[in-house]
Formats: sequence, structure tokens, C-alpha cells
Amino acid sequence: MHEVSLLESALELARAEATRQGARRIHRLTLRIGAMAGVVPEALSFAFEVVTQGTLAEGATLEVIDVPLQCVCELCAHAFSPPVYPCECPRCGHPRARVAQGRELELASLEVS
Amino acid sequence: MCTKCGCSTGSTAQQQASGAAVAHHDAHPHHEHPHHHHEADERRVLEVHQSLLAKNEHQAWHNRERFQQKKIRVFNVLSSPGAGKTALLERTLADLGGTQRIGVIVGDLATDNDARRLRRPGVQVVQVSTGTVCHLEAAMVARACEQLDLNALDLLFIENVGNLVCPAAYDLGEEQRVVLLSVTEGEDKPLKYPTIFHNADVVLISKSDLASAVEFARATALANIHRMAPRARILEVSARTGAGLTAWYDLLTPRAVHV
Ligand SMILES: Nc1nc2c(ncn2[C@@H]2O[C@H](COP(=O)(O)OP(=O)(O)O)[C@@H](O)[C@H]2O)c(=O)[nH]1
Ligand SMILES: [Mg+2]
Ligand SMILES: [Zn+2]
Repeated sequence: MHEVSLLESALELARAEATRQGARRIHRLTLRIGAMAGVVPEALSFAFEVVTQGTLAEGATLEVIDVPLQCVCELCAHAFSPPVYPCECPRCGHPRARVAQGRELELASLEVS
Repeated sequence: MCTKCGCSTGSTAQQQASGAAVAHHDAHPHHEHPHHHHEADERRVLEVHQSLLAKNEHQAWHNRERFQQKKIRVFNVLSSPGAGKTALLERTLADLGGTQRIGVIVGDLATDNDARRLRRPGVQVVQVSTGTVCHLEAAMVARACEQLDLNALDLLFIENVGNLVCPAAYDLGEEQRVVLLSVTEGEDKPLKYPTIFHNADVVLISKSDLASAVEFARATALANIHRMAPRARILEVSARTGAGLTAWYDLLTPRAVHV
């Protein structure tokens, strides 16, 4: 599962930031995950407990903010949010749209003490 | 260590993006403990906003830089298990091995079967056992490259772990991302795995010799691939019969002549 690798990266970033800010415990990690990031949120929460065990984030809450897909038409520049990729422009019907948002895989914030 | 991008270790991502601490006051109004504004156990929120893939992307950037310096064309080959990655590479090695200096990095969960199938005189093969990790990462490729003589390579293929989900997020530093879809897999697969198809530079419809036996809906498949991967080159190939491979070889070595 690459969810484990992703959470290990998240924890590495979190630990570095918490240490730099003089925090001793991490109570919450907030991730932003795009609809097209290829990540299953349920698999994340399952892996989270395993990955945080024995770390300064043990017992912490994982919060996932879903970032919806947003496309911009390459022809008419219309911006729209289709439920799934591919993005066909609802205004002009052009089949090619740039993915403007929805690929995010990001550690947004931490709650620490 | 890294002079190109200024990083200190060659592995840690840029971390200046981290924000300042923001005190989280709603649970404890100020006036209750005015002399201990920042108690040790006071909860606060730290804004971070860093990509979980930043470290991999940084390493991929270094890999790509190195491959370009050495003038090696690198192809990250992806598909479901059994779509024909190893068979395609075996055939490619047999057909181009005489004129091109080729290396292969093979990612596999546990076995070295694929590496053994690919090993032959004059070809550099490195096996990477990923264990429980279901994809290759840029750092694994960098380590594998230490076992290769990069000065003696024109082409490098990276056979990724058979999986259409996890490898999609990990840039390895390749020049082109090649996704195989075999005719036996079903025409709707591109719709089910948008991320991997969206990022493909080349989509190979493999095992084309079996198309009629499995009543492959060619037009539907082409339309679906084109919708999901509008910029990708689409080629139909058979590693068994050799059909369509000329176009594949032209893509690998555009300056060479294969008519
Ligand atoms: N008929 C036919 N079979 C193929 C072709 N390419 C691969 N295969 C078979 O498909 C199976 C899986 O192929 P392999 O190369 O191991 O797939 P990989 O898991 O993607 O590396 C093997 O039994 C191959 O012999 C092809 O072009 N035509
Ligand atoms: Mg294989
Ligand atoms: Zn439009």
C-alpha cells in the first residue's frame, strides 16, 4: 500500500516541523488530498495508527480535507468541477481540459503542544 | 553536497515553506493564566503546507538531471501484473541489443524471476526487491543506478511493480512514462485508473495478437485511452508476433533507422 509510504512522509515532515517549533507532542495531522491523487482515504486512516505507533504522534487524530477536482477548458478557459476525470467542457464540449486542482497530496497543518 | 539546487544532503526537501506557529486560544481564555502565555502543554496549530511527495520529487529531479547529463533515455514502464512488461522488454532487448546499449531496472515485490528473464550478454540488469512497498521510488532508482555503468548506456528501462494505482504518484526521473494495457484486460480500465493514464506519455495496447480471440473492443478502448490521456502516443503491439514494434522502436531511438 503506498498509503503507508505517504504517511511516513507526512510523519517525517510533521516531526521535523514540530521539533523545529519546540513541540513535544503531535495531536492532529491535517492532510489535503485531491480527488485525483490516487489515494483511498479509508486506507490512510487504517495505516495512520500503525505508522504513528511509538512516535510523538501516537494517538493523534488524522484529519483529511478532500480537495475536489477542478478543470479548466483549454479552448474557452471555462473553469468547472466534474465529479471524475476526464473533464469535458460543459460549455463548449471540448474534450481537453487542464487539471487545475485535485492532485494535492499535502501536509496542511499540525496541532501540537 | 548538492550544488545544483542548494540542498544540504541531497535528500531533504526544501523546508523554508513552513509557517509560523499560530496559538490556539479558544479552549483557554488568556486572562486565566496571564503569566504563562505559552504553557508547555498549550495546544497550537502549525501551518505546514508541504507536499508528501516533495522528497521523492526532489530525488527524481536529481535522477533526471543525471540521466540527461549522461544522455540516457529513460522509460518508466507501468501496468497491471501480467500485462506484458517483461515480455515486451525481452523482445526489445533481443531486437535492439545489437545496436543500443541497454540497461534495465526491475522492481518486484519478492522474486527475481523477471530479472532472470531479462538477463543476457551485454545487457545491464539490476533487480530491486521492494518487499511490501507496491511501487518504485526515485531513491530506489538512484540506489540501483550505483550498480549500473551509466557511461555505457543509451537506453534505460525501469520495469515498475505491477500495479495501476501506487506507482502513478512517484516520479522516478524518467524521460517518458509508458503504460501498458493488454487486450485481455477490458476496455474500461483507463476510466477506472485515471491518475496513471492521465500522466502517461505513451500507452501501449499489448498482446494485440490476442485481440480477436478475446473480442477486444478496439474503438472503445482507443476512445477511452484518448479521453484519459489526451497527450499520449498510443501504439498497438504484440511482443509475441512483433506486430507494431517498429513504431515502438522508433519512439525509443528516434534518430536510428528501423524500416
Ligand atoms: N499472446 C501474448 N502473450 C503475451 C504477450 N506479452 C506477454 N504475454 C504473456 O503474458 C504473461 C505475462 O507477461 P509478463 O511479460 O510476465 O507481464 P508483466 O507482469 O507485465 O511483466 C506471460 O505469460 C506472457 O507470455 C503478447 O504480446 N502476446
Ligand atoms: Mg514483469
Ligand atoms: Zn470550453
